[in-house]
Parts: sequence; structure tokens; C-alpha cells
Amino acid sequence: MSIDQALAKTRGGFFGRLFGRGEEKLTAEWLDLLEEALLRADLSVSLVDPLMAQLRDLFTTGEVKSVEKALAAVRETLVAAVAGDVRLRGEGERPRVILVVGVNGSGKTTTAAKLAKRLKDSGERPLLAAADTFRAAATLQLERWAERVDVPVVSGKPDGDPAAVVFDAVNAANARGNTTVIADTAGRLHTKGQLMDELGKIVRVTGRARAGAPDEVLLVLDGTAGQNAIQQARQFTATAAVTGLVVTKLDGTAKGGAVFAIAHELKLPVKLLGVGEKADDLVPMDPTAFVNALLPMPR
Amino acid sequence: MFEQLSDRLAGTFERLRGRPRVTEADLEEALRDVRVALLEADVNLKVVRQLVATVRERALGERVLESITGAQQVVKIVHDAIVEMLGGAATPLARAERPPTVIVLAGLQGSGKTTTAAKLANLMRKQGRHPLLIAADVHRPAAIDQLVTLGKQLGVPVRAVDPGRVAGDVAMLASGAPADGQDTVIVDTAGRLHIDEAMMAEIAEVVAASKPQEVLLVVDAMAGQDAVDSATAFHARLPLTGLVLAKADGDARGGASLSVRAVTGVPVKLIGTGEKLDAIEIFHPDRLAQRILGMGDILTLVERAQEHVDQKTAEEQARKLLEAQFTFDDFYAQLQQVKKMGPLGDLLKMIPGLGQVAKQLPEGPEAEREMRKVEAIISSMTKAERADPSLINGSRRRRIAAGSGTTVADVNQLTKQFGEMRKLMKQMGSLAKSGRLPRLPGVPRM
Repeated sequence: MSIDQALAKTRGGFFGRLFGRGEEKLTAEWLDLLEEALLRADLSVSLVDPLMAQLRDLFTTGEVKSVEKALAAVRETLVAAVAGDVRLRGEGERPRVILVVGVNGSGKTTTAAKLAKRLKDSGERPLLAAADTFRAAATLQLERWAERVDVPVVSGKPDGDPAAVVFDAVNAANARGNTTVIADTAGRLHTKGQLMDELGKIVRVTGRARAGAPDEVLLVLDGTAGQNAIQQARQFTATAAVTGLVVTKLDGTAKGGAVFAIAHELKLPVKLLGVGEKADDLVPMDPTAFVNALLPMPR
Repeated sequence: MFEQLSDRLAGTFERLRGRPRVTEADLEEALRDVRVALLEADVNLKVVRQLVATVRERALGERVLESITGAQQVVKIVHDAIVEMLGGAATPLARAERPPTVIVLAGLQGSGKTTTAAKLANLMRKQGRHPLLIAADVHRPAAIDQLVTLGKQLGVPVRAVDPGRVAGDVAMLASGAPADGQDTVIVDTAGRLHIDEAMMAEIAEVVAASKPQEVLLVVDAMAGQDAVDSATAFHARLPLTGLVLAKADGDARGGASLSVRAVTGVPVKLIGTGEKLDAIEIFHPDRLAQRILGMGDILTLVERAQEHVDQKTAEEQARKLLEAQFTFDDFYAQLQQVKKMGPLGDLLKMIPGLGQVAKQLPEGPEAEREMRKVEAIISSMTKAERADPSLINGSRRRRIAAGSGTTVADVNQLTKQFGEMRKLMKQMGSLAKSGRLPRLPGVPRM
């Protein structure tokens, strides 16, 4: 599924009502609708309020008169806010190590598997590490995925040390010539000190397996999440030095607007988007398409 | 999880209370704050608008602008509006007149259905019932294995359906349960998007075939604005009877899930409060409203204490505490009991008036680290030192610090605090004996 197709599902309905009329004259009512659209997409009120205040000023002074111009201004602001380098770091490292982290149920295991598929399709030789030793059958879930996308996997014992699994996987990659290790970690709420400490340990031990690793720590954010996503990003960044974001579940009607505040505050690039349940449904972030899902072009 | 919302509203109310009279501008400013606080808490925009409009209308209707107690009136109006939004008292789970009682769990991917299924089975068993878990998620890889593993941990039987006959198998397994001595059937279904027609048809069939007493939608407490839309879509296809608020042990403000209740009218029945399989509670909307507004939740605190704290130990400790015979051993035992009840900050927030105190404590991970430090220091003391802290001299302090991986300053701080606590408690003890210490209303005597 293409990113536009996937994100198109999130349009229509309310948002369709708003954006059928580009030539139209800007009105106060239209601005109210725009504000509603932004808030309903989970953009933080701390971003929306100043943005709308500016727009309303421009409207009052007559500097912006058409819906088209207003939309273009908002779109430009939003695209700039989430535009960043989508390339995965550690290109030349052998093996490159990518940790996949996040809260429970955000889609880490699925993302790890899809990412393995992407890298394999681009000619790499990825290795998956099943470092979620906590959740019942999480290892089995990743092993099933690994089979499906035909990528080898290194697993540990249930309730075993997750850091050891990553360590072993890096060594295994060295021995077998795998170019990238993708480690799936257990879901943890960012407020649980002990679990966050465990994650810190995984990061440190990874650095012992290969100096400078991990190259990329991807925080997986549920696209349906609200303002709590910001708190998640803060805490995970503090513990595990997150280097990029993955926004999942964008094939529903949620729009993942919470990432604007995260990109704004923590300067973290969104690198990948999860747009469906199939192995190919992980695509590089496209800021224009992402923003268009929020604010479609006027017809 | 709802702290930040209450903090925000507390600030607004504090400012309002400081005014001799509420002007129209004050009211509008307070309403703007309420709007922002609710939006930041992920309360659905529609619900926010309605709530703000209701408050404005009632405030003007009650002529708060002319009243000298206007500020208090506004606070009460906001409080009542939020209580209405949350719904009233707890709604119990329905039970079939003749077994089996069938409970179907539904929800988006990753909302927490499988874990909730296992926790619910555990809860049912604690209530003396005999649950059967049915694994009907034939889509997510290893979802069935996950439920089987959890069932094993609990000692609850798990039966899986055939991928080709999901609805038929669920109905068959459910109706056969009583013959095997199981009176309650909990069905874990696949996560699905509300706009996925084929998947929605599948679960509608499961519900039609198994005629459940409860169809519970599992909602992620961290969900955003879309939660209302997806829940509305689920409700349109399934006769939802309740909501389960999953992952409510984080710091999410949970406004979305509360909006779901407000928009669909479906009550929140259960709330998931941790990773462990006993971390599920009956949801009490009225208590939650009080907590949101910083009024404490003494009832939940008492219940948790009753569940986790051994009554005899507690009484013994309270007596020792007041007579200043309290030792480091008692202190350690108390720490362990408090830990069982949940994070310290959470507990303090439940006590009326202490919400603001809890805010000054180190947050989540830091508090836990502090607590572990204290544990390590006490563990590094000898038996004699624990029983008689006055033994702890300079060289003992250095040994304890080295043994616990802390510094002498840390050890000093702990022994000093401990000494002060004993002194304070002794004073309170004599006050209590003289009958001058008022007992908190609603708190059972230790």
C-alpha cells in the first residue's frame, strides 16, 4: 500500500467537509473549522493556539484573504516541523545495530519485522534479535514474523536477560556476516523506573558488543496516541538516547498529530511510518504526504 | 494517571479563589484554562466544547458574577460537570442467570486485550468463579501462544479456535464450558481497525453466535482524539456493554477514554493498573472525578491497604511507632508493604489534601531509586544496628555505605531522618493518648 493510499483513509468525513473549496474567501468560521481539524488530529493545543492566533491576526489585518493561502501557510509550517533526515544512521557500521523501543502495544515487534524486510529488499543482510523476553510469546511472535519475511533471528530464554540477547545477536551478526541487527525490546511504560533502567542497560551492553552501538534507537509511537506520546518521547530519550521516531497504525483514522510537538521539542526526526498490517507496510516518512493527510490540498 | 489534569485545574481554581468577586473576564479566563487542561488531557474536542458551554451556562444562570462566593460556585459547577462526564457509581459486570457467563473483549491492535483477558480471568477466579479463556485471535502471529502462556501462569484453562471457524468455535466452546465445570468464559479477539469491514464482520459474527452478557471494548489510556471515533464505530457494530481502560498505570491523562464514556454512554467497568496479572481494578467513576480535581481518593487507598497490608503487622507497627520503639526492621517491613500497594506518589495523591505534597516528591523512576537506596542501606546494617540505631557510629557508617554502594552522607541522612521521624511520632503518640489528635474522618483506626 502506498503512503498516499494509506493516509488517504484518514481523510474524508470531517476533513473532507473542510477542504473542498480552495478559492473561497477566508472567514472566521473557516478558521474555527481549521482549528478543530488540527486539535482533532492530536496536535498539541500548545502548538495550535499560537498558530491559530497568528492566522487570525493575518486574517484580521487582511494579509491573508483566501482559504488557499491560509492552508498553504499552515501546511508549510507543519511540513517544516516534521521534515528531517529519514535515513537510518550507522550506514557503514558492521554490524549496524538498531534498537526498537516503546510503550506496550505501540507496534514494536511488527515494526522490527517490517524493517528487516525493508533492509533485506534493499540488499542488506539483516538479523533480528528477540530481546522482548518478558511478554508471553513475544519471542515466538517475532520468530513467526522472521519466518514470514525470511530473515534469521536470535532469541533468548523467556524471562532471560534482554541485554544478553542483543549482545549475542551482535556477535552472531559478526560471525555470520549480517550487516544490520534489529533488536525488538519489551514494551515498557516510560514511568516504570525499573523497566527504564533495564532499557538503559540494554543500550550500555550493546555498546560493549560493538563500540559506538546502537547506531539507531527507534521509538515506536502509536499513531492513535494522544498527548502522552510527548511524555513517552521525553522519557525514552532521557534513558535510551532515541535517534528517530516510527509512527504506526496510520491505516486507521488517527493522524499521529502528537509527533509535531515531539519533533518541535526534542528535534527528533520521524523516520518511518507504519501504514498497514502487511510486511511491506512500513514506509519512509514523507512530510508532505503526512501533512496532507491532515490538511488535504483544496480541490 | 490523571495528575496533570488535576494540577492544571487546581491552578485555575486557586487563582479564581483568590478573587473577591468573579468578573465576566475571570470566568472566561477560567473557562479558557479548563478548555486547555481538558484538551491536554486528550479529552475529545466535542466533549470539551460541551463541557465548557455547560459550565458557562450554569455559571451565568447561577449569577456567580454577582455572588461573593462566586469562585467556589464555579469550582463546584466544573466539578459537577466532570462527574457527569465520567458517569456515576461503578457498574458491575453482568452475570448470566444460568452459566456460562460469556465476556467478549474487542478493540484496536495493541490496546491490551490479551493481557486484559488474562487479568480478568484472574479477577474472576479470585471472586470464586471458574473461568475459561478462549483464544480467538487467529490473526496476530503467536497471539494464541501468548494467551496459552498466560493461562498456564494462572492455572486457567485456555482453548483456541480454528482459524476457519472463529465464530462457530467460540459459541461451541462457550456452551460446552459448564459441562467441564467452567462458569465464566472470556473471549480474546484479534485487534482490528474499526474501518476494516471484513474484520468488523468477523467480530460481529462472534458476538451474534456466542450471545455474550458483556462485550467490553478495551481502550488504551494513552489514546488520543481518535478514540471516540473508533469506539463509536465499534459501538455501531457491536452491542458494547462496557469499557476497559488499559495501561492506566502510566502518566497518561486518560481524557480520551473518559470521552468515550461521555459520547457513547458505555460505562468504564474495569481499569488496568500494571504489568502483573493482578493489576486490574473495578472502575469507580465518582472516585476518579474526585482525584482529577485533587480531592483525593481515600476509598481506593483503604481498599488497597486492606488488600496488601497485613492487619496485625500494621497494628503492631503503629503501636511501636507511637511509642518510639520503631526500629529500622519495622521501617524496612513498612517499605515492603507500601511497595506492594503501588508507587508512593500515587498513594499520597489518594489522600485528600496531600495531592500537592505528592507533587514535591521525586517523580516515578527517581522515587523508586530513592526507595531502593534506602532499602540497600538498611540491608547493609547488622541486626543489632537495625534494632538499635544509636549503635551506628562513624566506622559503622563507613561500612554500611560501602556495603550498600552509597555514601556516608546518604547513610547520615537516613539515620538523621529516621531519628527525627521517631521523635515526631513520639510526640504524636503522647498527643493521641491525651486525646488531642483528631482522627481523620473515613480512615479506619490502625
